[in-house]
Amino acid sequence: MKNKASFVPQEGEVRSSRCPDNSAFKQQKLPAWKPQLTIANVLSSFFLTGTFCLTVGVCLILSTNSIGEIQVLLTEYSLPLLFLGEVFMYYGLQNFYENHRRYMISRSDAQFLGRKFSLYYEISYCAPFTTYRNGTPMAPCGAIANSMFNDIVDLFYSLNSSVIQVPLLKTGNSWWTDKNVKFRNPKSYSLSPAFAGTASPPYWQKPVYLLDEEDERSNRYVNDYFIIWMQVSAFATLRNLYRRIRWIICRCTCPVSRSYWNLNIHLSDFRVSRFKGRKHVILSTVVRSGGSNPFLGIAYVVSGTPPSLWHGELLSIENSTRKCQLNFQKVNTASCE
Amino acid sequence: IVRWRRELGTEAYIPQRFPDNRIVSSKYTFWNFVPKNLFEQFRRIANFYFLIIFLVQLIIDTPTSPVTSGLPLLFVITVTAIKQGYEDWLRHKADNAMNQCPVHFIQHGKLVRKQSRKLRVGDIVMVKEDETFPCDLIFLSSSRGDGTCFVTTASLDGESSHKTYYAVQDTKAFHNEQEIDALHATIECEQPQPDLYNLQRIKEITEYNNLVNSAFMKLLYFAIFSKTSCLISGVAIYTGMETKMALNYQAKSQKRSAVEKSMNVFLIVYLCILISKALINTVLKYVWQSEPFRDEPWYNQKTEPERKRNLFLRAFTDFLAFMVLFNYIIPVSMYVTVEMQKFLGSYFLTWDEEMFDEDTGEGPLVNTSDLNEELGQIEYVFTDKTGTLTENNMEFIECCIEGHVYVPHVICNGQVLHDSTEIEICKPLFNTEELFFRALCLCHTVQVKDDDSVDGLKKSQLSRRSCIYISSSPDEVALVEGIQRYVCNWEGLRTLCVAYKKLTAEEYSNAQKLLQNAKLALQDREKKLAEVYEKIERDFILLGATAVEDRLQEKAADTIEALQKAGIKVWVLTGDKMETAAATCYACKLFRRNTQILELTTKKIEEQSLHDVQDGSSGNYRELFLEICRNCSAVLCCRMAPLQKAQIVKLIKLSKEHPITLAIGDGANDVSMILEAHVGIGIIGKEGRQAARNSDYAIPKFKHLKKMLLVHGHFYYVRISELVQYFFYKNVCFIFPQFLYQFFCGFSQQTLYDTAYLTLYNISFTSLPILLYGLMEQHVSADTLKREPSLYRDVAKNALLRWRAFIYWTFLGVFDAVVFFFGAYLLYDNTVVTSNGQMFGNWTFGTLVFTVLVFTVTLKLALDTHYWTWINHFMIWGSLVFYIIFSLLWGGIIWPFLNYQRMYYVFMQMLSSGPAWLGIILLITVSLLPDVLKKVLCRQLWPTATERIQVKIFFIVKLVFCITNL
Repeated sequence: MKNKASFVPQEGEVRSSRCPDNSAFKQQKLPAWKPQLTIANVLSSFFLTGTFCLTVGVCLILSTNSIGEIQVLLTEYSLPLLFLGEVFMYYGLQNFYENHRRYMISRSDAQFLGRKFSLYYEISYCAPFTTYRNGTPMAPCGAIANSMFNDIVDLFYSLNSSVIQVPLLKTGNSWWTDKNVKFRNPKSYSLSPAFAGTASPPYWQKPVYLLDEEDERSNRYVNDYFIIWMQVSAFATLRNLYRRIRWIICRCTCPVSRSYWNLNIHLSDFRVSRFKGRKHVILSTVVRSGGSNPFLGIAYVVSGTPPSLWHGELLSIENSTRKCQLNFQKVNTASCE
Repeated sequence: IVRWRRELGTEAYIPQRFPDNRIVSSKYTFWNFVPKNLFEQFRRIANFYFLIIFLVQLIIDTPTSPVTSGLPLLFVITVTAIKQGYEDWLRHKADNAMNQCPVHFIQHGKLVRKQSRKLRVGDIVMVKEDETFPCDLIFLSSSRGDGTCFVTTASLDGESSHKTYYAVQDTKAFHNEQEIDALHATIECEQPQPDLYNLQRIKEITEYNNLVNSAFMKLLYFAIFSKTSCLISGVAIYTGMETKMALNYQAKSQKRSAVEKSMNVFLIVYLCILISKALINTVLKYVWQSEPFRDEPWYNQKTEPERKRNLFLRAFTDFLAFMVLFNYIIPVSMYVTVEMQKFLGSYFLTWDEEMFDEDTGEGPLVNTSDLNEELGQIEYVFTDKTGTLTENNMEFIECCIEGHVYVPHVICNGQVLHDSTEIEICKPLFNTEELFFRALCLCHTVQVKDDDSVDGLKKSQLSRRSCIYISSSPDEVALVEGIQRYVCNWEGLRTLCVAYKKLTAEEYSNAQKLLQNAKLALQDREKKLAEVYEKIERDFILLGATAVEDRLQEKAADTIEALQKAGIKVWVLTGDKMETAAATCYACKLFRRNTQILELTTKKIEEQSLHDVQDGSSGNYRELFLEICRNCSAVLCCRMAPLQKAQIVKLIKLSKEHPITLAIGDGANDVSMILEAHVGIGIIGKEGRQAARNSDYAIPKFKHLKKMLLVHGHFYYVRISELVQYFFYKNVCFIFPQFLYQFFCGFSQQTLYDTAYLTLYNISFTSLPILLYGLMEQHVSADTLKREPSLYRDVAKNALLRWRAFIYWTFLGVFDAVVFFFGAYLLYDNTVVTSNGQMFGNWTFGTLVFTVLVFTVTLKLALDTHYWTWINHFMIWGSLVFYIIFSLLWGGIIWPFLNYQRMYYVFMQMLSSGPAWLGIILLITVSLLPDVLKKVLCRQLWPTATERIQVKIFFIVKLVFCITNL
């Protein structure tokens, strides 16, 4: 940055009146806290960090151990475990690249905001699943919506040769804000007219207004299952919440045997083998610290250990260097006095 | 009607269009500002690179929207444009003030008032007392009877002395407007040239009597302040942009600092990393896609045009897309931040109270802020002697006439008086003595002011107050040495010899004629003049000598000592002779008594070899000279011409270690050296402002150099090196997870972070804390730096920007990025991260990584900050709070102008999950721990001097605390 002066001979006049300002800021003498990385500071902070991490880690491991989780390939039919409390049922996919960019951008969030106009016109982002050859727009459009997982899983519980279907909760599974703000149905009093002039995506077996025939509040775009599917996963191995089971299952009433639990799967044409993938059903309980992932607990313990060890090592280093520091101190005291 | 012609040769008359007297120092006009400014900005390689990235984003389908790089670029360009526009507006304003200032013309025999810009070549101008000249003039007449005027040229060359100018012989009698208006003549002169001192030959042809009158005339340069003359008239000869002043305002060559050079090298390294990243990903993408079930699975079909596209074209677009995806590794904002840091940081220098000189009312001046950090890298200081080490305040001490020493009764401070009444005369005046004083009284350039004539002659200023012809003659050395033999205790005084020669009238007229001819020569004028002087100046009879003392500047010795302790080699380059210079060197402790002999001998060798070097006869001597000098603790070079000073600086500058040099001087003779050195410092001194004007920094006194280098330079260097390293570090942290993510999303160029985060990361989330660090950081206190000059060695040789440091920072960035990404990956690992069973999508994943990233890089800076003022607290915690508030806002609203709502409530959902919090805390801790550990270990095992001092001060504070508690 050159301060290019103009031709005007102004310097003489301007500068003689220049007088430095004495403020602490301008003299770079603002009062300041000057922390030093002294060995004592660092040792104590290491020690604290280490202890904190170890404590959190142990707690996490303990709490994760209480989680039950079972992953079932979608060809099996029996369940080996029992759960206590609220159970979450997930479907999982492997090798399904939801996070592929081409796939991910093929959607129209405008459609889901319930604006009728968007149903027909704001679908250009949905390529290649925008319209049919005859010009009928797809609703919902896009590759994500088109490829919605459509296997149906039912859970049965057999007790003394009587088979009871376990009630699965299909609402309340998605984010409240998604269901109530981000996804809105086009305004209409009956089911199909709102979607008149559109067609469901090619891979869908039933139109969007028949997603949940029983519950109007969860039909069409505000369907929980649909909303959850539209939220793409970060990795190619993914799981999405399918249903919740709030059925008090206690040890005392149910005999502990595998054969009493059955998964009934309505096989659809969600062809995972075509992309060398797999599909699962996962049943899991959840604690405050999340699902059955031991990583967090282990990571806390692992990262808590070295600082505690360094604590000891640094102490020994400090001891070895203390001698010269003491000398320093002597010198200082001498120079002070 | 007055008609003027100006041409180079006489044969070919080329009709010329002379410019009007409009001064244009501004670069732009209202209309061409936008295109011209844009063009100039995009000539910078970095800006051009960002423009290309932006264009690529516009043209091809890229993962990030053009906004992400367009917005920062627009910001940079706009800020720079506004700054340059403002500067130019100031210039316009100044120009307008100049162009519109009223000027008195003579037109049709009358005095007319007009704006300065309407002046044309050939117009006759009347200039009143204390007015500036509107352009370069030929002096026609003056209201003083003898046709003289006095002018000062302070604004041009800094010389504040009054110079006498004489009007053209033929016209000096013209006194009223009518007479002047009747003048009808042609002037021939050279094409406009920037050289101020090269006297012009101007041929005036007065046509009415067909008489060719060649006259040697001095131009009155534009903007010379006319003084003490009542009213003069002149004819405009060079106007507007052809004036000497305008021609002299050519931009200095741009100096680049060592930090900037290493920054550019690092940039190239990062560019290579960027390209290789993009290449690797492109290749892997096609390897991965070779399986059709991956390339186009049923759920993710391509569009028709995509299928049809040529493979190579596709690969090339993919490569460009990856480039775009990773382009943030070279941040636009770094340039802005560095510029701002330099520009704002330089204010601390000008504000410094301790560098303000009460006597002169001058403070330090920053002419360029590009070199701030270079002040912390100086290895060689080349200093002028007179006016820099010494005060340039001559005191007459004694004189010697025919071997008799006369000591003045009164020592007059300041200007030297050679008045015989002030010298205690022990004997009656002899003939030689009278001659001696007569010579002194006559041969000088002292001026006489009319209005001060009450008490006889008062000498207002005495520049080189002896017969100049002596000092330009080689005989002088012998004369001085002769004097030295008579008077041996004159060491340290400036001596001048006074000699005379009798000329007969005939000899005089001969000499006069020769001189006149030489003066009028168009080519080799100086050489011819020198020849003539040579001819006249011989066979002098020695009358005596004068001795004048030049006192050392205050604290010069202290400053030199501190510089030497700081590992800086101080060389004195002076035009003075050896003995005087050596005495000064002893006085300012550059040379010490105990090493006297050694130093003197080495110095003599140096001087000898120096002459060889200057002759340019042999390359070997150059090496030898360098070899000797580099092993000397201090070097003194005497009898240096301005150009030789610059050559010495260049010699050292280009030696194989490429040391950083600093040149400091106060006079016009130091300008070449100041321009040559890496950093040029001018002393705002007595010899005018020319050095200060051409320097990069100007200070009032030599002693201020100490604080400037040891404190400000050190701070600037530490600050900017951290700034540069940190910038690269934080962008590695930023982009490397993005790179890793490609391995998990099928190399599809999917971004990890949302567009808003990509755009704002460098602009607002992480920019202000580092800028503030760059302005405020003090790793040790300023007092300590001043007290312990040896700390300067800690940052010498670009210590904080060496490859080792660069690689460490880069690896730290890679490590942190790996921790962020894989930490978050393992945390997700296909399990529930919430306590309500819901799964997180990819944007939540990206936001988590980004949150860890923003916190880690900000806290890393917090760990590096040693000086926490409330502003630092405000900026560091403030920018974290800003990030959170922004994220809440960004995710809290359905933004109508966006075609996607992917970030809606993502941040809040993440914050509502306990495991996410635990994960964030863990990842931040893990990323920061190794750096802290490394710091502690290095401090304990291999402490630098600075760190030792930090510990020492810490203990002293503790000790004092204990004592006061007792």
